[in-house]
Amino acid sequence: MRRILPHPLIALGLLLSWLVLAGSASPGAVLLGGAIALAGSWALASLAPPRLRLRRLAVLPGLLRDVLAEVVRSNVAVVRIILGRSVAGTRRPGFVHIPLDMRSPQGLAALACILTATPGTVWVEYDSTEGTMLLHVLDLIDEAEWVRIVKERWERRLMEIFE
Amino acid sequence: MTHAADLPVWAALVVALLLLLGAGLALVGSFGLLRLPGFYERVHAPTLGTTLGIGSVLAASMLFFSLLQTRFVLHEILIAVFMVVTTPVALMLLARAALYRDRVERSGAVPPPPGSR
Repeated sequence: MRRILPHPLIALGLLLSWLVLAGSASPGAVLLGGAIALAGSWALASLAPPRLRLRRLAVLPGLLRDVLAEVVRSNVAVVRIILGRSVAGTRRPGFVHIPLDMRSPQGLAALACILTATPGTVWVEYDSTEGTMLLHVLDLIDEAEWVRIVKERWERRLMEIFE
Repeated sequence: MTHAADLPVWAALVVALLLLLGAGLALVGSFGLLRLPGFYERVHAPTLGTTLGIGSVLAASMLFFSLLQTRFVLHEILIAVFMVVTTPVALMLLARAALYRDRVERSGAVPPPPGSR
């Protein structure tokens, strides 16, 4: 079973998204989507990613809600910075090193998506030996504050889900 | 064929406002790309359009097409997922390329590579 369908959930997701994109569930669409799902899961298996273990999915709705709120808040903040009178002014952009305890690749990818989806922060670099992430922040007021925000608001809950 | 005139007034207003908000955010993002100094600051600006900007355009699209009942609204959710998953890849590639260049040329105030600290 594992050899024919190495990643059943991924294959199912691929099939479903193909059907949604095609906008029909006709036999032809199911056949083509099934072929794509099989090929996709074989391709993924040949990359040999570490197995995904999901724990405590109950944290997910709260996390998504906070991400949405943070996306809106940071969009407003960046619009104000761009349209503000003085572009340089009192604002100080800069890099922050953030020590991460999370090692799960899927969790780190999710953290990268969250940090990129909130304007004003860009994930620049990750060093896997030290486990530190380099973040560029558009309005860096306090470095320790950013370390706290990333670790407490996102990393803790992502670790509950992925580790 | 869809007829925008069949849309109730309140919905037309909401759809128009959401579209304007999305377009406005994309515009401000492009303006920021022009106005902010330096690479690492400029890279922040276009993310306005790829987050809340695309989000409000997609919300407008979902409202429009689900009220006219022409098709299922799941397309937009897929678009949002693809945007969220692919933007970090492009941004990280750009930022790391710039960081590599700045470290080699020793220009600007960039942090040293890991391991040399």
